[in-house]
Amino acid sequence: MDSRRILSVSALRKDFAGVRAVDGVSFEVRAGEIVGLLGPNGAGKTTTINMILGVLEPTSGQVAIDDRGRMSFAAAYAPLPGNLTVAENLRIFALIYGVRDIAGRIEVLLDEYDLRRFRDSKAGFLSSGEQTRLCLAKAMLNAPRLLLLDEPTASLDPSVAREIRAGIKRFVGDGRAGVLWTSHNMHEVEEVCDRVLFLSKGRILLEGDPRELPARHGHKTLEDLFVALAREPLSL
Amino acid sequence: MNPRRLFAVVLRQFYLIRGSVSRLVPLFAWVTVDMALWGFLTRYLNSVSSAGFSFVSTMLGAVLLWDFFMRVMQGVTMAFFEDVWSRNFLNFFASPLTIWEYLGGLVVSSMATSTIGVVSMVLLATLAFGLSFAVYGALLLPFVLILFVFGIALGIMATALVLRLGPASEWFVWPIPALVAPFAGVFYPISTLPAWMRAVSRLLPPAYVFECMRAIVLHGAVPRLGVAAGAGLCLAYLAAAGWIFARTYRFAVRTGLIARYSAESVS
Repeated sequence: MDSRRILSVSALRKDFAGVRAVDGVSFEVRAGEIVGLLGPNGAGKTTTINMILGVLEPTSGQVAIDDRGRMSFAAAYAPLPGNLTVAENLRIFALIYGVRDIAGRIEVLLDEYDLRRFRDSKAGFLSSGEQTRLCLAKAMLNAPRLLLLDEPTASLDPSVAREIRAGIKRFVGDGRAGVLWTSHNMHEVEEVCDRVLFLSKGRILLEGDPRELPARHGHKTLEDLFVALAREPLSL
Repeated sequence: MNPRRLFAVVLRQFYLIRGSVSRLVPLFAWVTVDMALWGFLTRYLNSVSSAGFSFVSTMLGAVLLWDFFMRVMQGVTMAFFEDVWSRNFLNFFASPLTIWEYLGGLVVSSMATSTIGVVSMVLLATLAFGLSFAVYGALLLPFVLILFVFGIALGIMATALVLRLGPASEWFVWPIPALVAPFAGVFYPISTLPAWMRAVSRLLPPAYVFECMRAIVLHGAVPRLGVAAGAGLCLAYLAAAGWIFARTYRFAVRTGLIARYSAESVS
């Protein structure tokens, strides 16, 4: 694996009881880039992410990760235990992810994700946006080399979402980490992603720069292209 | 196995108990009630039975050890259920935490919670009802170890069952000690049972423990063979439990059950 490649997925396939959810997907994520994984509901995005995370066994194909211990993820559908406080949750996952200066790292993340005032609040009492920020703080505990974000800003208000996007871009900007980012917000994708993969019915249909792809396929915006692909995936 | 990650699982359980009266009180409250109930019952039986036989040593001692076994088993399953209820599997298993570290954390958590329970029981049974384990001597240690290991093994098997069938199947787990008890000879000798039940008893490590306890109290005999059989069996159960859990986890990863584990994932 070349030094800048941190994730390599090749010919990944997953069948569920005769239904092919992911069908021969291959792509890479390099250090310093944010790759968007786009597609309509049921396209296979979360299934692909689960196989990369190792919580779902592929039917065939391979996932190669540069440093599995430095992989992390956050998703709105995987909140941290609501019966533990913010600080307790972060401490537990810091131990699991092998963080060295646990107390120091937690203090940094509490400020970075605006969670300081909720430090001793049970995570279950936080709003959905605050819980998402907590998930992101958890994901950043180990300063990951590979960060998997499944709709990370889905429940955030626009101003917090913008801050989160800026924070992730800054994090990736130093060239040491790469991000695989799924989202249904095409404006966000255009703002954040260096490269996107359009997934439909388990296959990658398109790949490229989100700012160039729409014009190349006769559409004005990325959202128009997304809608066209979702409706007529075989027309392209 | 990374001890820091195992400790994280234990710490999670500590935080939960520390912050919740409803989790803290049951650690010692119900076993205390149980001891009081059986303590008075054995005291009454002593008063109406023929002289020379102590129900306190046999029955109350056996009830205490049986309660200990149940606490150990439930310690594992309760720690596991906390992750079921908080839907934490994806966060845990998408991390570097291995299933053996996770299971190790459940076992250590169970050791801690069951110790709290057993200390409460021993204090009450000793101070209020004069229970003494001195008659068992050094054999008390293997008795406790056999029940502990069997409790861990059944706890792990129960977690595998819930992992495989989904959260609603936790109702299969709670009655397990009650199902085992009639065969284990906690309250009566195995010879009381019909032949088919005795055959089942011979497969259960607790049956050897309670038979040995009665043999020591009633006949002063030290049944080493029974202790060895109980020890061998509980180790076999532990190995089987580890194998079953590993197979179930593998199934859950192959089918995607871990990733979408929810209240409706019973299959």
